[in-house]
Amino acid sequence: MQHYDAIVIGGGLVGSAIAYGLSRAGLKGALIDEGDVAFRASRGNFGLVWVQSKGLGAPHYQRWTRLSADEWPALASELRERTGIDVGHERPGGVHLCLSEEELAERGARMEQMRNEAGNFGFEYRMLDPDELKDMLPGIGPAVLGASWTPYDGHANSLSLLHALHRGFLARGGTYLPNRTIDYAGVAPRDFRLGSGADQIGAPRIVLAAGLGNAKLAQLFGLSAPVRPQRGQILVTERTSRVFETPTTTVRQTVEGGIMIGDSMEDVGFDTTQRPEVMAAMARRAVLSFPFLAGLQIVRAWAALRVMPPDGLPIYDESEKFAGAFTANCHSGVTLAAAHANAFAPMVAAGALDPVMAPFSAARFDVPHAA
Amino acid sequence: MTAGRVDFAVVGAGPAGMAAAVLAAELGLDTVLIDEQDAPGGQIYRAVERAGDALPLGADYLAGSGLAAALRASAVRYRPGATVWHIDPDGTLSFVSAGASEAIRARRVLLATGALERPAPISGWTLPGVMTAGAAQVLLKTGDIVPAGRTVLAGQGPLLWLVAAQLIRAGAPPAALLETAPHRNYHAALRLLPRAAWPARRALLKGLALIREVKRAGIPIRREVAGLRALGRGRVEAVAWDGGEIPADLLLLHEGVIPNVQISLALGLEHRWDEAQLCWRPTVDPWGATDLPAVAIAGDGGGIAGAEAAALTGRLAALDAAAFVDKLAPAERDRRAGTLRRALRRELAIRPLLDRLYRPAPAVLVPADDIVACRCEEVTVGQIRRAARLGAPGPNQAKAFTRCGMGPCQGRICGTIVSAVMADTLGKPIAEIGAYRPRAPYKPITLGVLAATAQP
Amino acid sequence: MFRTRPEATGATVAVTVEGHEIRVPEGASAAAAMLLAGFSSTRESSIGGVPRGPYCLMGVCFDCLAEIDGVPNRQGCMVTVAPGMAIRRQHGKRAAGVE
Repeated sequence: MQHYDAIVIGGGLVGSAIAYGLSRAGLKGALIDEGDVAFRASRGNFGLVWVQSKGLGAPHYQRWTRLSADEWPALASELRERTGIDVGHERPGGVHLCLSEEELAERGARMEQMRNEAGNFGFEYRMLDPDELKDMLPGIGPAVLGASWTPYDGHANSLSLLHALHRGFLARGGTYLPNRTIDYAGVAPRDFRLGSGADQIGAPRIVLAAGLGNAKLAQLFGLSAPVRPQRGQILVTERTSRVFETPTTTVRQTVEGGIMIGDSMEDVGFDTTQRPEVMAAMARRAVLSFPFLAGLQIVRAWAALRVMPPDGLPIYDESEKFAGAFTANCHSGVTLAAAHANAFAPMVAAGALDPVMAPFSAARFDVPHAA
Repeated sequence: MTAGRVDFAVVGAGPAGMAAAVLAAELGLDTVLIDEQDAPGGQIYRAVERAGDALPLGADYLAGSGLAAALRASAVRYRPGATVWHIDPDGTLSFVSAGASEAIRARRVLLATGALERPAPISGWTLPGVMTAGAAQVLLKTGDIVPAGRTVLAGQGPLLWLVAAQLIRAGAPPAALLETAPHRNYHAALRLLPRAAWPARRALLKGLALIREVKRAGIPIRREVAGLRALGRGRVEAVAWDGGEIPADLLLLHEGVIPNVQISLALGLEHRWDEAQLCWRPTVDPWGATDLPAVAIAGDGGGIAGAEAAALTGRLAALDAAAFVDKLAPAERDRRAGTLRRALRRELAIRPLLDRLYRPAPAVLVPADDIVACRCEEVTVGQIRRAARLGAPGPNQAKAFTRCGMGPCQGRICGTIVSAVMADTLGKPIAEIGAYRPRAPYKPITLGVLAATAQP
Repeated sequence: MFRTRPEATGATVAVTVEGHEIRVPEGASAAAAMLLAGFSSTRESSIGGVPRGPYCLMGVCFDCLAEIDGVPNRQGCMVTVAPGMAIRRQHGKRAAGVE
């Protein structure tokens, strides 16, 4: 049997960020992953490093997101230095476009609520009018009545991030075990053993970061991860000259030049088929927002499943029954990459989650028993 | 988007598609034939309707005009210039025609998208002036256009000899023909000859006649050429190989043809790696039916067998579709299939021999590290190998790590190379590595055209 | 590097390639017109800036991208020539089309 200091199940953005953080902390880690054709939320990501709309009514999540976004630039430089991979991170601030008076009013109210909830943590935002938007986002259309903007938002290349995290993990002595299914799990406090084919691995720490797979897996480890799939589709255009640097929640231009269109949400179970009607609706909103987009060809599109907890907020937990077993679940693997590597991983290394993580526990879903 | 309804929607107006559509219409099915080209014929019978002096192209090509005429005379709703961009597993097809996207819901969709040339990844293959042998044929067929300078043909397979002969007849003989078939291919093929000789006699004689024609024209021929590379700055200027080099203005490559599985892969249909033909093939039953009741496959897209076989499998698929929509009794379907199946067996008789004789050399599937694998994104073989060593278990993860397969061709050209290179790096069979999973839009569609279909 | 056969008797169409007029067979593609006009490449690629030209001429390789009638990144081999068609080489990434 191969012994490690920590095992991470799931090689997506969440798992690999945690594994990278653990390896950086000097732990000998094993990252176990599934095969080439898998749900892999990480491959479907839009690439936003987003603060603006996260955590309304949940200040702990707002703070966690802000922490991650603030530490993102340093993570990006570090990854570039260590792996040679530029993850294309830019943080010019971000915009959420509003195409009706209702949307604008609702958005303004939301931003105001975020500011109130942020308390002394602060939350700076501005509501932009069409003239201000014209400078920031050339080509903006007359259908856009306004937008919200905060300085905290940015974007990056999610696939380059995944690549860099994997490289960084391996460079620090990590072991990557792809194409594995877990045939056997031996679970005891601070003593976890996994059997996969001929491989047997063991460690005193284990992190479940298997995305949608966590729902079933968690139970084996005395954890609960009630995540469900939420389908999102994305369209990508042919490469064009640089038009805008500021990302919006539905349209952003990548460093390579392609323009990405996203932010659809569908509750359809484990179904990654693309729906032309949804693609058309996305295209329509994009073209209303930026009329010049009408002439651009979509060269690539996909549908992927977000990992969605019941209230949309991340689930971070440690097992009470089996000390040393942790789980991390969220749909913002890019935004939270820095938090996962810099904050969550050290907690795992130390053997226990910081009390500040308590609100993220799955215990929040427990229905209180009748008195 | 309310979709019009039909019984049978055929994608591709090559021999399989035309034959299937014509028979289906005869059997009373409401049939639509969708094709991206302006005129019927697919690639093998491309522009056959306009063929005037088609002497260079030969009688086999002209035979396609019968199918085209039958199509025109039939009740098939023929939609040329229409590009399919999405097919739903339930049989709803979205396509762009005349700047607008339409949808059709078919009870059965027949994919008859044919074949494409196997990529021939040699050093310098992305230089302007390096094309496929089929490209030269397209120019000849669509515009009586021939190469003007020094043309070198390189590779192996029946099409190589056919194009050489056609260029000779068209007054533009190639300067040289470099055949890459390794010596051992001949020995292995010789063993298959006794079995194939009688049933495949016509095809064999035709092939030998072509080779004789090229030799008689005095074209310099070199055999067992290895280490092929295209040289030049900004465009091809010379072709080199182990032991030789000649100047060239045009290099035409050919290493056989492989099924166009882009849509069948995108639909998530099961495919297997065919070790004899070294390509992915969709799993189909003897009627071309797949796991999806609404989708069937006919022609070279199901496995390379040539134009005659394509028409036969097209007709078999039409019979099956007719039974599926209850316009033909199953017993009648089986009865009519009899002659088709016998003819198909005859057409398939030469395949094992051809597959063995023209089996690509290993370097065609697994080129050297510095050679471009993904032309669109300019990703080299070496970069693919690095992704595999980093842990990418297959082409979809390699795509995530290197961008290979993310360009507009969506992996059509690089697919087999990437799978083979990863298999070689990881020491696993290609069948285990798998293929790209392409997605819609199968061909690019503008945001404007897509947006116009949205309900406000 | 390409020419029409003398036996070609079909109708021809006048198009411009990089501003120069050329008559090409009416069934030819825009990519074929560029080849007839003497261009082996239709573009410089958007990644490496290297010259690229037609490879498959059947709509699969996407290497023959050119600007046709003002619209960039069109597959030249999939567009049949029409009278007055303006065909130009494409230089790297297309312009986005924002005024």
